[in-house]
Amino acid sequence: MFTNTKRHAAGREVLAVPEGGTVPVEAPTSSATAVRRRRRRVPGIAHSVLVFLGLLVLWQAVVKMFDVSNILVPTPTAVADSLVDGFQDGTLLTHSIVTLKEILIGFGIAVGSALVSAVLITQFRTVERVLFPLLILTQTIPKVAMAPLLIVWFGIGISSKVLTVALIAFFPLLINAILGFRSAAHEQVEMLRSFGASRMQVMRHLQIPSALPHIFAGLEVAVILSVTGAVVAEFVGSSEGLGYLIQASNFTLDVARTFAVIVVLSAVGIALHAVVVRLGKWLVFWTATPTDTAGGI
Amino acid sequence: MPTSTDTDFVIRLDSLSMLYPTKSGGTVQALDDVSLSVRAGEFISIVGPSGCGKSTLLRIIMGLSRQTSGQVTFGPSDDSHRNQLGMVFQQPLLLPWRTVRKNLLTSPDLHHARDAATHAKADELLVMLGLEEFGDRYPNELSGGMQQRVGIGRALMHDPRILLMDEPFGALDAMTRDQMGLDLLRIWDQDRKTVLFVTHSIPEAVLLADRVVVMTPRPGRLADVVEVALPRPRRLENINTPEFGEIVLKIRKLLDSEHSAH
Ligand SMILES: Nc1ncnc2c1ncn2[C@@H]1O[C@H](COP(=O)(O)OP(=O)(O)OP(=O)(O)O)[C@@H](O)[C@H]1O
Ligand SMILES: [Mg+2]
Repeated sequence: MFTNTKRHAAGREVLAVPEGGTVPVEAPTSSATAVRRRRRRVPGIAHSVLVFLGLLVLWQAVVKMFDVSNILVPTPTAVADSLVDGFQDGTLLTHSIVTLKEILIGFGIAVGSALVSAVLITQFRTVERVLFPLLILTQTIPKVAMAPLLIVWFGIGISSKVLTVALIAFFPLLINAILGFRSAAHEQVEMLRSFGASRMQVMRHLQIPSALPHIFAGLEVAVILSVTGAVVAEFVGSSEGLGYLIQASNFTLDVARTFAVIVVLSAVGIALHAVVVRLGKWLVFWTATPTDTAGGI
Repeated sequence: MPTSTDTDFVIRLDSLSMLYPTKSGGTVQALDDVSLSVRAGEFISIVGPSGCGKSTLLRIIMGLSRQTSGQVTFGPSDDSHRNQLGMVFQQPLLLPWRTVRKNLLTSPDLHHARDAATHAKADELLVMLGLEEFGDRYPNELSGGMQQRVGIGRALMHDPRILLMDEPFGALDAMTRDQMGLDLLRIWDQDRKTVLFVTHSIPEAVLLADRVVVMTPRPGRLADVVEVALPRPRRLENINTPEFGEIVLKIRKLLDSEHSAH
């Protein structure tokens, strides 16, 4: 019955776990498969954990049995030791905080500027005509390629990292927000206007709420990209942060530490993603899950 | 029944025509030379085959579409109603993030007019619509017919001088439909809004209206305007009277002859 919610009707489960910085974006599934999946879900997670633990045991066994050099592949227990050591002497924590700060500030800037741009683009024809082609054009630039330039321009401090993060997170947010602000059904706009709503009121009572599911779909993608952005920028040039730590431990052939940092980075990614998903479920309570409109970019 | 003079109207339609452009570059004529004068407080039903331009007609009056030619004139307003026009759309068009009660309060919210009286009226409407237990539910928890009832309530909360209703009972079962029609009449009797009511049911059109506008298939023209001189308040028993049957038959014949003419 609801023209404006029709597109959110198909259930989609977010099983997207960050994996080396790429985000699997699942296409909306039909309700039939959603039901089937829901039925399998609880044992599914239990199975995943078991398989994961099994793989760890196998990994440990193979490394031990074939006496693989720990410069190539450390055992899971060595990674765990390094992880514990790193947190005990404070190294991991200090560097995590630096990277987290870069991610949060950069992500915040991206969210703010993407939302403002999306509103301007969807509300004003001229802005759209001038900006949109430019945005599409710049979207084709691989954003990580900009990281070295940003370091040259803004130094090896936090600002170049923050800007890299913002740049990477900006586009998926912008595209989703634009789609979101346009997603309200025309009939709904007419309905509000027939009750005498002003343009601002249509925005507030209809366009913003209808945009939320799409915005959150964008946030889910962007938050993971932010982690990648921060690490890449740190690789290019930095004196602190988890990306710096990976390079430093690689240099000293402390591979267990490199793995430990990767574990921390994954944890950061998963945690941030989970916060976004939770917030989305709470704010967008009227649809099953935020819809993915423009996927991984 | 007052007779219509040239100044005694709330809405006057003069030779309204509407051409829609089609994708293939041609045009579809939805309305052709429709003229009608609607008196204040009159209840008008509009019947006609699907696609004859009934929704188009309401949209033009509402100002949502612009006619190709012809004119819509609104008569002098008494100020007892806050708003000039209100519409019940063919789809419920509820806002899914608002509860049923808050959907009803859409118009007061837009006009910053949410006071105790509005809340009392919303409660009253919830009861009338048979939704008193659903005030705090969200639209996706409601059936199609329940959603449509909320859409009707929302327009009644808006309290317009002229109420345009586009097949408001389309999604309702026959029994609810009859009851809703009578409830609508009861509400209408309180302040006698001018109502333009589109329906596919001829008995419903006759039961509710002072006059029934019968439209021809595409392009929509006025086949005839049939007076319903039945006493008010109307009751469901009216349907079984011979006078009622005669009017229904007359409209049915009009529709049939128009159909066979095409
Ligand atoms: N936006 C539009 N663009 C092009 N053609 C349209 C548009 N809206 C309506 N039409 C055409 O105009 C004609 C009248 O449509 P309208 O919706 O007014 O009919 P209706 O009498 O309300 O029909 P129904 O009883 O099925 O609701 C139809 O032939 C339709 O195809
Ligand atoms: Mg229609």
